[in-house]
Amino acid sequence: MNKCYLGVDIGSISTKGVIIDDNYNILSSNYIWTLGNPIEAVKKLMNTLTVPENYKLCGIGTTGSARKLIGLMLGANVVKNEIIAHAIGTLSFYPDAKTILEIGGQDSKIIILNNGIITDYAMNTLCAAGTGSFLSSQSKRIGVDINDFGNLALQSKNPVKIAARCTVFAESDLIHKAQLGYKKEDIVAGLCKSIVLNYLNNVGKGKKILEPIVFQGGVSKNKGVVKYFNEILNTKVIVDDNSHLMGAIGIAILSSKENHDELNLNINDIKFETRGYECKGCSNSCEVIRIFKDNKLIDSFGNKCEKGVVEQFNK
Amino acid sequence: MDKVIAFPMMGNYYVPAKYLFSRLSNCKVLDTPKITSKTIELGSKYSPDFLCTPFKYTLGTFIECLEDGANTLIQMGGGCRYGYYFELQEKILKDLGYNFKYYNLVSKGHTDIYEIYKKLKEINPKINIFKSLYYFLITYKMVKFMDYIDDYVRKNKAYDISNKFDKMVSDMLKSLSETKGIISFIKTKNKYKKLIKNIEINKPNNNIKIGIIGELFTLMEPYANNNIEDMLIKYGAEIKRFTTVTYLLFEKKRKSKKYLKKLGNIKYKMGADAMDNIYYTKYLIDNNYDGIIHIKSSFCTPEIGSMGIINKMCEDNNMPVLFLSMDSNTSNVGFETRIEAFYDMIEMRKRNE
Repeated sequence: MNKCYLGVDIGSISTKGVIIDDNYNILSSNYIWTLGNPIEAVKKLMNTLTVPENYKLCGIGTTGSARKLIGLMLGANVVKNEIIAHAIGTLSFYPDAKTILEIGGQDSKIIILNNGIITDYAMNTLCAAGTGSFLSSQSKRIGVDINDFGNLALQSKNPVKIAARCTVFAESDLIHKAQLGYKKEDIVAGLCKSIVLNYLNNVGKGKKILEPIVFQGGVSKNKGVVKYFNEILNTKVIVDDNSHLMGAIGIAILSSKENHDELNLNINDIKFETRGYECKGCSNSCEVIRIFKDNKLIDSFGNKCEKGVVEQFNK
Repeated sequence: MDKVIAFPMMGNYYVPAKYLFSRLSNCKVLDTPKITSKTIELGSKYSPDFLCTPFKYTLGTFIECLEDGANTLIQMGGGCRYGYYFELQEKILKDLGYNFKYYNLVSKGHTDIYEIYKKLKEINPKINIFKSLYYFLITYKMVKFMDYIDDYVRKNKAYDISNKFDKMVSDMLKSLSETKGIISFIKTKNKYKKLIKNIEINKPNNNIKIGIIGELFTLMEPYANNNIEDMLIKYGAEIKRFTTVTYLLFEKKRKSKKYLKKLGNIKYKMGADAMDNIYYTKYLIDNNYDGIIHIKSSFCTPEIGSMGIINKMCEDNNMPVLFLSMDSNTSNVGFETRIEAFYDMIEMRKRNE
């Protein structure tokens, strides 16, 4: 029996899952929308991922913004943040990568690598300017399917200028330009360009972007954004066919590094539920998040003191 | 009308503050409520939006205290916008219809014991200078002792085998709050000094050391910084924090001149603690720390001025640095991701050295 490992990356917009073997070959993978419900998304994802015959599942890792919740749900042996996961995943395909540009649903980051070690990183701060969720909300506004966005942008010869600093300004710019009668492809191209400028001005500020540069995350599938990265950085960024899966691959690799016997994975018939609860234990009024598995409390977080811990509720 | 005194909350410093005011004023001193989500909600509601969060926290605390019956508020100013909190907060609170007297003990960022004495005399005309000096001295010693213990805890808590630090610190605060005079203080001090040294620790040789610098209130009030120190300690880091009340009130005037001289390329103080933080960056780099976290409240102008310089210094010396801006947001998922990734990155670098 060969060993295989599952990695799940649950982002705000999309949920990614891969199963890899000991040599990091992808045996099975899928990419679906989270639609604001990570538990359902993962259930759906697990129905489409299959452990091949002659393989046994020996590791489960979760990453992304819902990593804690899904880690509990799947019984993961590794739960790690997406920065480490992305770096590990990318390095397994491009061991000499120096810069990773990543634009996801609600956040964007830059990771600087040197000889296979993360030496610096930055992440967008408080707001979601220049991320995938901005692109997808604007694509709805102008009535273009997000999957056609990139191709449409490539047709433009004269992209409109859109403020790149702040989503709110960008959006009002966009509306005004649309009302002036600009062509759709020019507006779309302008949006792609503003994402790149915003990224380089905010997240990439003060960072030395050295080649080879790997561009990943959901937005890397958008050819328009790739085009403007190439144009503005005056180089060619690498976009892997599996660029959207890098986080999931990275966390699967991390889970493979911990030795485990075969893990049992059966989540379909089990009901998971999250219930918020305002703890009345003291004046802190913590919003405690409790995770129930078949109506039995398995974990809680968000508490500032021991009054909110699991045992207290089980009593 | 009997005077009821209240003061803002910051870390564990309510213990010496309450001690001093209750001894000197002969009035009731309120137990300042700890900062909670309700405090910041109240504070944000009545503050101008673009003011920094310390203003909102202290305003929220004052409203809570006034609701609890306080009528004499004590605030300490600082060397930045903090210096103007006094006037603006007084105006906002008066507009809300509260009736109170407001005293600012430290103005223009200078601690002048005589000025403080004069203000306290207004509150309680009966106090005399000798009694005041006596209690000032005990309070000074208490703050200094607390900062000494805190520093030791930050350095060693991550390697505490039997998990005794938390209990010890809360016991100590309880004992300190029951201090009577100098003798009972010295007894408490000696007891806990010995106790803390007896806690067994197992510190590895090449442990990860992180320096935390930045804006004073956000650094010192755990609620305002999402408990960043405990988070790092949980991962296993030794922490160095320079900013303490001892430093700000009693040492800054003297030491900051020295820092300025040592930095050389900086010619003036840049307001509040900006220059101090640049010096700390230099110190942390020179002393082979593994990473620096710079934390401030959003819109903190002096720190914005220092960030560019700190970033450049860290870049030149290959020192990992993380800048965090705190506001009144309550979800800390994104915050945790950044801290965890920063720690993992440092660990990875260290392993490959």
